[in-house]
Amino acid sequence: MKPEDQESTNVATLDPGPDKIIGPGHDYGTVTDEISGVVLRPFLKTPPQMFIGFAIAFILVNLLMVAVTWLFVRGVGVWGITMPVAWGFAIVNFVWWIGIGHAGTLISAILLLLKQDWRTSINRFAEAMTLFAVACAGMFPVLHLGRPWLAYWLLPYPNTMWLWPQPRSPLIWDVFAVSTYATVSIIFWFTGLIPDLATMRDKAGNATTRKIFGVLALGWRGSAKHWARYQKAYLLLAGLSTPLVISVHSVVSFDFAVAILPGWHTTIFPPYFVAGAIYSGFAMVLTLAIPVRRWYHLEDLITMRHIECMSKVMLGTGLIVAYGYAMEAFMAWYSGGQFERYAFVNRMWEGGYWWTYWILILCNIAIPQLLWSRRVRMSIPAVFVIALIVNVGMWLERFVIVVTSLTRDFVPSSWGTYYPTIWDWSTYLGTIGVFLCLMFLFIRGLPAISIFEMREVVHHNAESEHAHRD
Amino acid sequence: MLTATKNPGQHPRVYGLMAEFDAPEPLLEAARRAREEGYRNMDAYTPMPIEGLAEAIGFQTNWVQRLVFVAGVLGGTGGFMLCWWMSVVAYPHIVAGRPLNSWPAYVPTTFESMVLVACLTAVIGMLALNGLPQHYHPVFNVPQFARASRDRFFLCIESTDPKFSFEETRAFLEQLQPRGVMEVEP
Repeated sequence: MKPEDQESTNVATLDPGPDKIIGPGHDYGTVTDEISGVVLRPFLKTPPQMFIGFAIAFILVNLLMVAVTWLFVRGVGVWGITMPVAWGFAIVNFVWWIGIGHAGTLISAILLLLKQDWRTSINRFAEAMTLFAVACAGMFPVLHLGRPWLAYWLLPYPNTMWLWPQPRSPLIWDVFAVSTYATVSIIFWFTGLIPDLATMRDKAGNATTRKIFGVLALGWRGSAKHWARYQKAYLLLAGLSTPLVISVHSVVSFDFAVAILPGWHTTIFPPYFVAGAIYSGFAMVLTLAIPVRRWYHLEDLITMRHIECMSKVMLGTGLIVAYGYAMEAFMAWYSGGQFERYAFVNRMWEGGYWWTYWILILCNIAIPQLLWSRRVRMSIPAVFVIALIVNVGMWLERFVIVVTSLTRDFVPSSWGTYYPTIWDWSTYLGTIGVFLCLMFLFIRGLPAISIFEMREVVHHNAESEHAHRD
Repeated sequence: MLTATKNPGQHPRVYGLMAEFDAPEPLLEAARRAREEGYRNMDAYTPMPIEGLAEAIGFQTNWVQRLVFVAGVLGGTGGFMLCWWMSVVAYPHIVAGRPLNSWPAYVPTTFESMVLVACLTAVIGMLALNGLPQHYHPVFNVPQFARASRDRFFLCIESTDPKFSFEETRAFLEQLQPRGVMEVEP
């Protein structure tokens, strides 16, 4: 049966203003139709911006293919890495992507535990972002191996050489942390999707679509007993993901902090990396959500309230990051350590990379302060531009940490420089293409907003209105 | 024909009888009344979780959290033992004069293993306890049931219930003022 078709959804898709998380006049049926309509509309009714966006992203994917092929043919020497900067773009991009992913888990897990109901219309979307960002992040360490086909050597497994990984090394912690994070992100996302896949199955017009969604929905029928176990499992996943996301970026920061290199060897790294991750992740959610809500007219589901809340989280985490920068500089001075002090003098004005540091300060600390103003937070173009700037700033942060520290370590005889090659840039841009392609496909092919949770929001709104009347 | 069976309470042709409601509150009320009436084998179907509904139809023990706890303990222990075994037994290698069993360095791996095993158990355990994936279920034979994933709320009293009788159960469901009462083909 096909209960209602698109025309019956005559709820105005207008932004209800900054106080509401859902537009007026919505009931269980209309939220279902509006969200599933994005997926079930005919292929040619896809907004043209989606086609253009996908085409650009797809070109970038092809660029990645070329870059990676060349890398496999010639080896990692095609990148700008050299001694003493043996990591370069690979680690910069790895940390950047992992960080972007963290906002998804934060929105879906931590905000669920804190009962922030505004998370509902953006959590699915943010979880998908996590998944694709982690996929991009995971590519870099593997490509950087030199012999990527031996990547399984990272895992502990019985082998004829009787060799085992070193469990006291942060690099092995990283393997466990990132692979756990990727796995948990996938199952968290899929678990959230199951009831909505059942909705898509029941609403699908043609047999093929119904069959595909039917298989994916696993036979979900919305039984009360199933819901009881489902909710418990979902809550436990959220409870486990919350410390997981913090542990993952802490472990990523240990890659640096456990090394004795000046500029890396600091205890503030774990908390400040986690804050930075959430900061860049929220910036990415905004970067993606603002165009999509406009293209698909979802202004009544992703409202100004969402944009404003996300801007506030961005401002807050940005201030934690600012504190991190200040404390790094203060500790360098206060420690009195010759090498630590020099690392900072070099980072700020002496070395050839001083300008990256000051652009970073401008992008991550100075410009986002505009978000204190409510007028800026309520302006879509302003928030969009600031989010883009923060994305750039957070990338530069990792560049500054990696490159300025590595090029000037203890002994001047081992100092060097680092410049990325065209293949570094191609690989980086290519992963952005992969990420965007997957995002476009996800938005077109699966419900990008959690339908059953929006029905819960409708239910709670109705209940609280009822309570007000009484 | 309808009542002529060995067990007079059971009907040969139906999986159960299903009542359709517009909103969660009447369904919750109906589930409570059905339980008071003495019905035990029933289930409610809703487009989103409804607080108290599972209890109203007699759902008691949620095994998910117990499973996840056990899995977490096993996963954490396994992760720690893996680290210990690798660096003490399988490949002893002294780094910077530290003891072979330098356990603080195993904490991240232990934690990640705990989370991984617990999360996988939460999802697989939840699905297994729910009997999913399931390729066929009689409730889908009711055409109106397609809206159980959209905006309608259903209560189904199954024919396996000792108290089930086609006419009486139907009459009972009718008096709950549903939108309709449907037979569910087996």
